[in-house]
Amino acid sequence: MSKKTLSVSALIVLLLLLFINQSAFAQDDVPTDDDVNAIAKQLYCPVCENIPLDVCPTKACSQWRETIREKLAAGWSEEQIKGYFVEQYGARVLAAPPAQGLNLLIYILPVVSFMIAAFILGRALYSWRRTEAPAESDTPIKSDDPYVARLEEELRKRDA
Amino acid sequence: MTQETPTEAGSPSSPRRWGTILVWALVLGLLALLGFTLIRTQQGQVGIGDQVPDFTLTTFDGEQIAITDLRGQVVLINFWASWCLACEDEAAELENAYQMYKDQGVVFLGVDYSDIEREALAYLERFGITYINGPDLGTRISQAFRIRGVPETFMVGADGLLTSVRIGPYSSLFEIVDAIEGALGQ
Repeated sequence: MSKKTLSVSALIVLLLLLFINQSAFAQDDVPTDDDVNAIAKQLYCPVCENIPLDVCPTKACSQWRETIREKLAAGWSEEQIKGYFVEQYGARVLAAPPAQGLNLLIYILPVVSFMIAAFILGRALYSWRRTEAPAESDTPIKSDDPYVARLEEELRKRDA
Repeated sequence: MTQETPTEAGSPSSPRRWGTILVWALVLGLLALLGFTLIRTQQGQVGIGDQVPDFTLTTFDGEQIAITDLRGQVVLINFWASWCLACEDEAAELENAYQMYKDQGVVFLGVDYSDIEREALAYLERFGITYINGPDLGTRISQAFRIRGVPETFMVGADGLLTSVRIGPYSSLFEIVDAIEGALGQ
């Protein structure tokens, strides 16, 4: 085999290897529907209220999903993509609003309400237990109060 | 006879009183927030005779157009989207109207609502639209006008007041001309 033939063969093999390698990379870079939907389900388009982007059948949502696919293919992270959609269409596209400004109330209020309710309930239970405790006693009331003595006398007469 | 000491049950202690005040303040604050939100949602759209909301449109070319800079001119503001089939019904007629009035100082602004830029540019090219167009970044402009969908068109007179509001597409060039003439005549 001549030196020239060897060089050409080596070049062809090298090109083939490069092609195979690139194809493999390209295969890895193509985002799957699951990749796209993992982000899409966290977004809502303003046009179709209350329908997450991953299941929304409209043309607008289909375009948005395609944009997610393109951004993923370009190497964008989930946070970058969500940030892009917020910048373009506003924070209302997010399924979970960002914890800032008035939105903080959404995250704080349930916790605060629970704590207040637990405190009120705790105090109420404590108060009930304190008031119920004497009633549980079966021992007769001992008192020197003439009024109590008279009351007991009246009750005895009534039972007789 | 023994003297009874007055009980303190009727006079709540200071922390308890503050706790009650805090709870009531929270409840009232929540009710106020709820009321404010309800009022905002019940407001409906901006209507004829209202001052045009203040906004700045960043065009697809990156130019900034502030509505306040257009005071003294009649402005047609059209909300549209490439995915909106009804918008296609009026797209060509809006461009025709623009060609008729662009030399009379009437400004046309296209506000692209919830759209993908590539699709929007393809739409503009398909209908040969040449007037100023830009995306509704963060849906801030559509929220300021409180639109319910697309297409919607607002005519602004030279004094900055709205002279007509069109919900849905114009059905003919005549209707667009009529709206513009109405604004010019104010």
